Amino acid sequence: MEYEIKPHEKLSLGLRELWQYRELFYFFTWRDIKVKYKQTALGFVWAILQPFAMMLIFSVFFGSILKDPNDPTPYPVFVYSGLLLWNIFSSGLTGAGNSMVSNANIIKKIYFPRLIIPISSVLVSLFDFLMAFVVFIGLLIYYSTPINIFVFVPMLLLSLVITAISTFGIGSFLAALNIKYRDFRYVIPFLIQALFFLTPIIYPVSIASKYVFAKYLLALNPMYSAIELFRFSIMHKTLQPDLLLISGSTALLFFAAGLYYFRKTETYFADLA
Amino acid sequence: MKPILEIQNVSKKFRIQHEKQSYLSLRDSLTSIFKSNTSTSEDFYALKNINFEVFPGESIGIIGRNGAGKSTLLKILSKITPPSSGKIISRGRIASLLEVGTGFHSELSGRENIFLNGSILGMKRKEIQAKFDEIVDFSGTEKFLDTPLKHYSSGMQLRLAFAVAAFLEPEILIIDEVLAVGDAEFQKKCLGKMEDVSRNEGRTLLFVSHNLASVAHLCGKGILLNAGEIAFTGLSQAAIDTYSRLSQNSGITSVFKKPNPEGKTVELIAAALLDKEGQTKEQFEIDEEITLTFTLNCNEKLPNTFGYVIVKSRQEEVFIETDTTDFLPNIFESIVNGTSTFNLKIKPHVLPHGEYLVYLSITSSFAVNFVVDQPGDILSFSVLDSKTQRAHRRNAKTSQILKWELQHANK
Repeated sequence: MEYEIKPHEKLSLGLRELWQYRELFYFFTWRDIKVKYKQTALGFVWAILQPFAMMLIFSVFFGSILKDPNDPTPYPVFVYSGLLLWNIFSSGLTGAGNSMVSNANIIKKIYFPRLIIPISSVLVSLFDFLMAFVVFIGLLIYYSTPINIFVFVPMLLLSLVITAISTFGIGSFLAALNIKYRDFRYVIPFLIQALFFLTPIIYPVSIASKYVFAKYLLALNPMYSAIELFRFSIMHKTLQPDLLLISGSTALLFFAAGLYYFRKTETYFADLA
Repeated sequence: MKPILEIQNVSKKFRIQHEKQSYLSLRDSLTSIFKSNTSTSEDFYALKNINFEVFPGESIGIIGRNGAGKSTLLKILSKITPPSSGKIISRGRIASLLEVGTGFHSELSGRENIFLNGSILGMKRKEIQAKFDEIVDFSGTEKFLDTPLKHYSSGMQLRLAFAVAAFLEPEILIIDEVLAVGDAEFQKKCLGKMEDVSRNEGRTLLFVSHNLASVAHLCGKGILLNAGEIAFTGLSQAAIDTYSRLSQNSGITSVFKKPNPEGKTVELIAAALLDKEGQTKEQFEIDEEITLTFTLNCNEKLPNTFGYVIVKSRQEEVFIETDTTDFLPNIFESIVNGTSTFNLKIKPHVLPHGEYLVYLSITSSFAVNFVVDQPGDILSFSVLDSKTQRAHRRNAKTSQILKWELQHANK
């Protein structure tokens, strides 16, 4: 095995190296999940409690105002389906965005493909999703919402993929920026809060149909397509292909840009951390 | 035989930003686009044109003063940071141990940390499982395996960490000053393990240490770095000798005099080391009292001024550290305009035999960057242990000699 250590030159994805270090994905994810729930009395229940409590709050206070009158789906199911995916995005983004700074002590002392760290952060939030998803199934049964399993499963997977790649894309971009400019530590929570309201989570898209530009603004958000596709499988609604296409492309764009910027700057992380 | 590592013309350049915060902020970057005077940065070479080759099975000690570039070199070899120019050809799996217990998490148990740390160091899960019992055995922490690491003593954490690292099986092992911590017995055990690694298992070892004795013992070859460049390559003992000569020739003796004072508010103008008779001396016996005397010139009284002195070995190990605020009132408050002379007495049987440097700085909270006068290493002296039988073979941190008394004897 012969290799060279040289000044940074060409850009590659380094997939082979990632494969060599594949066990680290498991260990970092496992560490973060373990640490997250260590010394908590409720443990994994927290992963459920948070979206569940939010669902209750939104249903009680906004349910009657924000519910789409043309849609028979109960508001709790509606809002929970949005929160499920949104939580992957928000916790994954927070985790990934801060991951390089919080693991600076490791980065400065040992080499491994740096991409493993933000990817693991996204995997942690996917784990929380699995917990919260059990409650979602419970809700579907409680409200006896009819679903077609052959639509539900593919749509769920598709929306998870969109959520995961956009979370990773934006997250790794922010992680790389954060290590250079610590300003981004403050940008991340703000960004997430702003995006929460710019994503059709607690309100249906039809609320924005009064203004054409508002619809397109919403569609610029990668989470738009994830949530809409997922809801398509539980609700009776028509999809808007043009908006989905915009949103899906944004997700891919974010993914590519984040990956590119991260790979381009990662060799200097140890010097900056 | 082809070398296992070829280091070719490696340099590492850092850009030093003057008078700026260490972390960049976005605003700085944005505003600097519109400003042209960004000339506050300066290039600094941490390493300059480093060339050497390592053959399989060799063990090489890298020595040099603090800031000579040793750690930077190891960081480049371990791929943590890229070189600015030049390249390294490696023909083996490198594992580096720049710190023991990298990635240890205090909330996780000992068992969990063994897996986490091993995996970060590049071991496969199966490998760790196979060696798990040996690792636990080596660390001697079996009883606490399921206790969170935060409840471990620092010594136990270190033992656990080193145990994991000791079972790495790379072709090239890079170790940075990790043995500086830990108790003597464990240090010995680790050095023994490392000797095993390099001698018996034929693995290649690169070892950075301030502990010259262990470098001489472990390494066949030595590389001396000085200010980012290779000053010497050869047998480890020869490298160590060159290193001591290099640091001795720095012009520091047991007398310091500043012929032309610069007119600082408070300034050191003279210092010396005296024996009991008040004679300046360069060599002291362990049972002699050493008086450090220094004279300051005060041009303007500055409040909150204090003095700081350390006595350290040539290997930068601090033996005595003291400042004027150890006990209040601060004696520097009584300085008046003109010259004042102060004495510090080092009692007999404190410093073990060896070579020492005296470092002095004068600071004040009212001065720019706190610095009033910082002459740095001003004096050097040596302590001899020539009267006792054990003499220089004594391996102790103090030179206290205990008296053996017979309390009673039974027939």
